[in-house]
Amino acid sequence: MKPYRLNLMVCAGTGCVANNSFGIKKALEEELRKRGLENEVQVVSTGCNGFCAEGPLMVVQPGNIFYRRLTEKEIPFLVEEHFLKGRPVQKLMYVPPKEKAPIPTMDSIPFFRDQTLIALRNRGLIDPTKIDEAIGRGGYTALAKVLTSMKPEEVIKIIKASGLRGRGGGGFPTGVKWETCRKAPGEPKYIVCNADEGDPGAFMDRSIIESDPHSVLEGMLIGAYAVGSQNGYIYIRQEYPLARERLIIAIEQAREYGLMGQNIFDTGFNFDVQIARGAGAFVCGESTALMASIEGRVGEPRAKYIHTVEHGLFNLPTCLNNVETWATVPVIILRGVEWFTSIGTGDVSENPWGGSKGTKVFSLTGKVNNTGLVEVPMGITLRKIIFDIGGGITEGKRFKAVQTGGPSGGFLPAELLDLQVDFEQLTEAGSMMGSGGMVVMNQDNCMVDMAKYFLTFTQDESCGKCTPCREGTLRMMQILKRITEGKGTEEDMTTLEELSHFVIDTSLCALGGSAPNPVLTSLRYFRDEYEAHIKQKKCPAHACRQLNLYMIDPELCAMKGHGCGVCMRQCPEKAITGEKGKAHSIDQAACKKCGVCYDVCKFAAVQIS
Amino acid sequence: MPKLRIEDLQKISDRVKRTTLLRQGASRAKVNVHMGTCGIAAGSRKIVDALLKIIEEKDVKDVILTTSGCAGLCSREPMATIELAGEAPVKYIDLTEEKIRKIFTEHVLGGKIVREYALAIGSEREHM
Repeated sequence: MKPYRLNLMVCAGTGCVANNSFGIKKALEEELRKRGLENEVQVVSTGCNGFCAEGPLMVVQPGNIFYRRLTEKEIPFLVEEHFLKGRPVQKLMYVPPKEKAPIPTMDSIPFFRDQTLIALRNRGLIDPTKIDEAIGRGGYTALAKVLTSMKPEEVIKIIKASGLRGRGGGGFPTGVKWETCRKAPGEPKYIVCNADEGDPGAFMDRSIIESDPHSVLEGMLIGAYAVGSQNGYIYIRQEYPLARERLIIAIEQAREYGLMGQNIFDTGFNFDVQIARGAGAFVCGESTALMASIEGRVGEPRAKYIHTVEHGLFNLPTCLNNVETWATVPVIILRGVEWFTSIGTGDVSENPWGGSKGTKVFSLTGKVNNTGLVEVPMGITLRKIIFDIGGGITEGKRFKAVQTGGPSGGFLPAELLDLQVDFEQLTEAGSMMGSGGMVVMNQDNCMVDMAKYFLTFTQDESCGKCTPCREGTLRMMQILKRITEGKGTEEDMTTLEELSHFVIDTSLCALGGSAPNPVLTSLRYFRDEYEAHIKQKKCPAHACRQLNLYMIDPELCAMKGHGCGVCMRQCPEKAITGEKGKAHSIDQAACKKCGVCYDVCKFAAVQIS
Repeated sequence: MPKLRIEDLQKISDRVKRTTLLRQGASRAKVNVHMGTCGIAAGSRKIVDALLKIIEEKDVKDVILTTSGCAGLCSREPMATIELAGEAPVKYIDLTEEKIRKIFTEHVLGGKIVREYALAIGSEREHM
């Protein structure tokens, strides 16, 4: 093989691709050719590195030099300075907020340094379209070990002892699920990978598939062996074309090598997968709706007192797990139970629900400086994730709340920042782990408005089967809308709580069963905001514009702004009057509270009361 | 492509080992060729080419080849610094393609410093 002395690992996750990662790659290759370096320096497109806020990213190996916010313009200089003359370019390196000195290497940057990579172990290190590179990092060795030296029951025993729990949101002990499926009567059995990832703002599963699809395939192969299945489905949502493309390539390459198909490794074990595409319904991330969708039926959930491990796809025993769960399985096989249980919280030796072991991937978004994808050990505090890894709140503003678990989760206030992230502690606080979405809010977010936002989503995605979910979420949303418009009553808070509990208790699936969580937690921890909206008809965060009173401070306008008139020209309702040089004023009757004047005034003369 | 047997996994891993180690920054030895303007003018690109050639010939997987800027002694370019893991770096001067081949074979692969081509042993800065 041609020896390269440098590998440029260019991040090609969807985020960086949207930001011209492929253009950067082309520019690099062209410039390297111009300099005669194309046989020494290899440019590799990898999966998502996680630090999406700073993309397009590139890591130069060896040396771990981390470059961010690359543009094609800087490529010629970069190639000459670093790749030819060996002088890393400081101005393209990451500088932490509020600091001056750049941090050259990736593992010294707090965002990366404080993470523990298990499901994302190969991110940024391999080209996901080359199976050899995945094998070079240990891919399929766990499968080889399992097929040649372990019985299916032994595999199940290990996964049970490891305490691995479902990473899709349910947190069900994986080993127990596999055991029940193995024992269930019925042939053939099915293995399903849930890659629907419907939570808005969640992209953990997408990144795993884009960076390291073989880790998921290997996990499924091991699960199939343990459970006694030969057929698998990967249900991937329609909105993930890049992930699906890499998955298709990975499956083809695995088949070519005989790692998928008949008689794998000459052991008599057979297994192959089919890809099933989602069609845009959030509810099809729910396991029974997902299976209905694969079967070609309408994506609606059913009651789960009959478990899908006994009667699932085509009414046969089916083991469904999330992408991240599958990706974690091979590592547990290779590194063992003791290592895995040393990470995380609690004790799973007697009770599989007794703790949360291993790591979890979170998509950190919202008002944090370092938005992106992070993998951290269970038990880490919210504070560490948001402030150390996340780099704190943008623009130096104040933290207000964090929403975990996507639209099914709840809001956690500043008092709970030292809460340890694990399945039980988050649920006790009124939220949940969910699939790993984490949205950070600051003082400019209105909690009533945020509850309305998430409820609007779940209301839209409700399949409609259960009347309480279908009608209840609609009524709750209407109440919230009225409150944000200043038309709420005190009774509304009680009605919201009653409706919430009612919808949770009487819904068939977890969509209805968790849609009211944002409402309940915002009422629990931010009741004062509801009261301000209802009693004073005011929004403390100024986000509910209908409740804002926009006024111009005459002194500031005249002394500082000299009556510049910018707001008057921008006002779409022509509600502002004033002479040049003198204070302007807003006609409240005409004002539609759009907030443009507030945004454009450079002298802070327009104020909201 | 033929179906893999279990032994083939290790073979493939070996085949891509150089790439895997390179990306992890893991190595047994580091060869640093100085490429400031003086170095390039004196012909250090040929030194890099010669090194890449011998790395390919001998199928070496765990040696990292890097470049850096001018080391300061412009009159003795082309220069290279060889650093074996756990040992002090050694600076070689007045290099030619034949000399660097000898240095690579005897020092990097064989572990023995080639004294007649070396300038100094050790780093001018404190090791951190």
